[in-house]
Amino acid sequence: MTTGYQAVIAEFEPIIGLETHIELGTNSKMFCSCSAQFGGDPNTHVCPVCLGLPGSMPVVNRVAVESTIRMGLALNCSIAPWCRFARKNYFYPDMPKNYQISQYDEPLCSDGYLDVTVPTENGPGVFRVEIERVHMEEDTGKLLHAGGSGRIHGATHSLVDYNRAGIPLIEVVTKPILGTGELAPEIAKAYVSELRDLMRALGVSDVRMEEGSLRCDVNVSLNRQGEGWGTRTETKNVNSLRSVERAVRTEMVRQAEQLRLGERIILETRHFNEETGDTTSGRSKEEAEDYRYFPEPDLVPVAPSESWIKQLRGTLPEIPSVRRARLQNDWGISEFDMQSLVNAGALELIIASIDAGVQPSAARKWWTGELTRVANERDCELEELTVTPADIAQIEGLISEGVLTDKMARSVFEGLLDGEGNVAEVIDSRGLVVVNDDDLLVEAINQALSESPDIAEKIKSGKVAAAGAIVGAVMKSTKGQADAAKVRTLLLEQLGVKE
Amino acid sequence: MSDLTRQSAATLASAIARKEVSSEEVTRAHLDRIAQVDERVHAFLHVDRESSIARAREVDQQLAKGELSSPLAGVPIALKDLLATKGVPTTCGSRILEGWRPPYNATIVDKLNAAGVVSLGKTNMDEFAMGSSTEHSGYGPTQNPWDLERIPGGSGGGSAAAVASFESPMAIGTDTGGSIRQPAALTGTVGVKPTYGGVSRYGIVALASSLDQAGPCARDVMDTALLHTVIGGHDPRDSTSINKPVPDVVAAALNADVRGMKIGVIKQLKGEGFQAGVLERFNQSIEILIELGAEVIEVSCPHFEYALGAYYLILPSEASSNLARFDGMRFGIREDDGKNRSVEEVMSATREKGFGAEVKRRIMLGTYALSSGYYDAYYGQAQRIRTLITRDFADAFSHVDVLVSPTAPTTAFKIGEKLDDPLAMYLNDIATIPVNLAGNCAMSLPIGRAPEDGLPVGLQIIAPPMADHLLYQVGSALESALADRWGGLLISEAPTL
Repeated sequence: MTTGYQAVIAEFEPIIGLETHIELGTNSKMFCSCSAQFGGDPNTHVCPVCLGLPGSMPVVNRVAVESTIRMGLALNCSIAPWCRFARKNYFYPDMPKNYQISQYDEPLCSDGYLDVTVPTENGPGVFRVEIERVHMEEDTGKLLHAGGSGRIHGATHSLVDYNRAGIPLIEVVTKPILGTGELAPEIAKAYVSELRDLMRALGVSDVRMEEGSLRCDVNVSLNRQGEGWGTRTETKNVNSLRSVERAVRTEMVRQAEQLRLGERIILETRHFNEETGDTTSGRSKEEAEDYRYFPEPDLVPVAPSESWIKQLRGTLPEIPSVRRARLQNDWGISEFDMQSLVNAGALELIIASIDAGVQPSAARKWWTGELTRVANERDCELEELTVTPADIAQIEGLISEGVLTDKMARSVFEGLLDGEGNVAEVIDSRGLVVVNDDDLLVEAINQALSESPDIAEKIKSGKVAAAGAIVGAVMKSTKGQADAAKVRTLLLEQLGVKE
Repeated sequence: MSDLTRQSAATLASAIARKEVSSEEVTRAHLDRIAQVDERVHAFLHVDRESSIARAREVDQQLAKGELSSPLAGVPIALKDLLATKGVPTTCGSRILEGWRPPYNATIVDKLNAAGVVSLGKTNMDEFAMGSSTEHSGYGPTQNPWDLERIPGGSGGGSAAAVASFESPMAIGTDTGGSIRQPAALTGTVGVKPTYGGVSRYGIVALASSLDQAGPCARDVMDTALLHTVIGGHDPRDSTSINKPVPDVVAAALNADVRGMKIGVIKQLKGEGFQAGVLERFNQSIEILIELGAEVIEVSCPHFEYALGAYYLILPSEASSNLARFDGMRFGIREDDGKNRSVEEVMSATREKGFGAEVKRRIMLGTYALSSGYYDAYYGQAQRIRTLITRDFADAFSHVDVLVSPTAPTTAFKIGEKLDDPLAMYLNDIATIPVNLAGNCAMSLPIGRAPEDGLPVGLQIIAPPMADHLLYQVGSALESALADRWGGLLISEAPTL
């Protein structure tokens, strides 16, 4: 694969483009006062407006506009002094009105950029991704295909849940990203990651990727050096950071194979298979669907005043790249270490752990060590693991109180990762209790000494280093539930030896 | 009180307020009248006698407890079937919505309820308000009470006919290109299209969102003013509604004085295509306005000749999108033969069966006009015409206070006469359409009967946005001058059926 990819790069230049939809974290929907909470029993977060009942009318959610402007400002965009919503017309049963209220040729924010950091041969490098536009729109409902495999083919009937219909989305569209070379997949991933962190930092969305609240459409084309741009494909609904990277890479490899065979690339949408990492052909875009956009006549134009924009600019938090530089300095780590922890998706989790009371070094140790190893093993994102920053704070607290040993803490993590319950439940079910009873420990020490009289003699004769063997035997006999340091102290006391 | 159905809404309201008569008695009298004549008029699509009486009793109790102080409390009303009414069938005159009972009320229905107005039922209309004769209703045409072989105008022919046949003292209509005013003209009643944004559109099934406006229908100017006041005002659920107080139209109707006012006659709306008797009555009314002390001048609105063309691009474009939701998935009929059809097939079959010919015609027109590659030439160009027409009005209003024209070019025509000629049908709204394109307000009021056919003629008064009171001031002055000559309202000459 690597050689395959290197060969692609040797022959072709990729151009990528990303359209990212993110659900905003508003309390209510984009155009009505229904709850925008994820989930809920089907069709319980609905009203005449988001069901598109005849006669109902939308009213714009001011908080959603505010969030979009703040996002636009953080992305260095210009904010339109006057813009309108538009109707995107197409028939589909997950869309109650058979048109989606979106924005078309008058987006609220346009022409910005986002700097992302990617690892290169010469250390971390900054790459500027230019932003075409940021606009607002409403989400659709969800179809559930019943009586078959869950896919539309073979289903006997379909059900619709409109709870999601009308949830505010922002769509962030990049300009074509040129000059990435072999870093195209990494830049795509770093861009989406940075975008996610930015939205979280702004507090406009908590971006729960596992709930599908960030969806990415990945555009890829290849051209040989010196030739014009190639035909692009659009891989839809790529929903995790890792998948974004994989989708770009596999699509580059696939297109290169086609082109080498002298075949042309078809302008089409493609589906990304999370399990195989492959993309498969979807709908052809050669005969483009005509959405018959026109300005939404049920809504008045959005015309943010300069003073409002200025006020919103004042609410922008420290942006993630600046914050990273500050933390790197505070923690006294190298740019390389900082970049590795960002790439591992550990930064926010480490910060959350520190906020929960964990020492910075311990927080970094857990997330970049043991937990990253498990995430890699399981082929998932760190944040998808069933360990939370609060768990780490609790475990660290128990270690410092002497309730848990380091070794036992690892066992707790194992239990948490295997879904055995919360920290207390895992400790309980695994019987993880430090043996603190001195009498019991002394008994275990004497037992160990009697089994190895030669070692006992060595220690007595001043070879304190030999104590390790006895401590090890005691730890073994107590199934690791003793505090090794304490065992050692007791052992030396028992033999009347001083350090 | 003698025949309760012959009284004005204002008279009924004050009699009810003084306990001379109950809302229940008034409501029963009108329900009896409906039972007596509606088989011939067919103004109503839905009447629920028992629930109307129950509601009237409730209002009587509220009045007895002093809980209602609205100027129309206890008076019955007829509602165009385009208004969402909770639990009450709402068809928009279309078969596709047969059996649909909305789970919510339109804002103006809530306002009417709060004011103690009692609904008699839902009135007939051209399907989704597309038409000028009510012949495009999916449930059969409405007859004009003046001559049952003729159409009552449209799309709000049901509301106008209900008022003209004394089935209801007042009604709600909606006006996208003349659907309140043209029926008013053809039935000898008064109808007002308020300023765009003056009355909430929430819960009124949209035809063309940027043109639609609900308004009052009644037999005299004061009744329309009272009703306008009840339904008007800002609604946070309709972001296109204007956040300003409703102009004091009742005071304006009382102030029936045009002395010193400047009235403009629109040059483009009084010549070719207008029936001789219509122009004769119109000219007589101008003479009366001059006698009453108004200064009348002629003004030119050069872009009005493009209004019809622009309207028939903008309306179908918006309608094609607004009507997309009628697909058999969530409400109304669903055409499904049970043979495991795809969703596209079910949607298509439902729309094929549920929509009538005129609706399909306009959906196709609109879909075409919005198509990529045609958008600029059609929808875009129509919007530019719209701007020019708005400027024509602004120029005219820089010289005059109000504008006047005949409301419709002809009197009521025979049922079936123009059904096969859409263009001839569209020309009915030539004088009313420019008002919707510019968002102004306008009133039609009866100014006599055409000598050649004895049918009612209407005069249209147009005022700038949010100057609705001027309509009532001028309308009321003209109405009382005409009533003096005739010895009463024109409507009293209508056949008793």
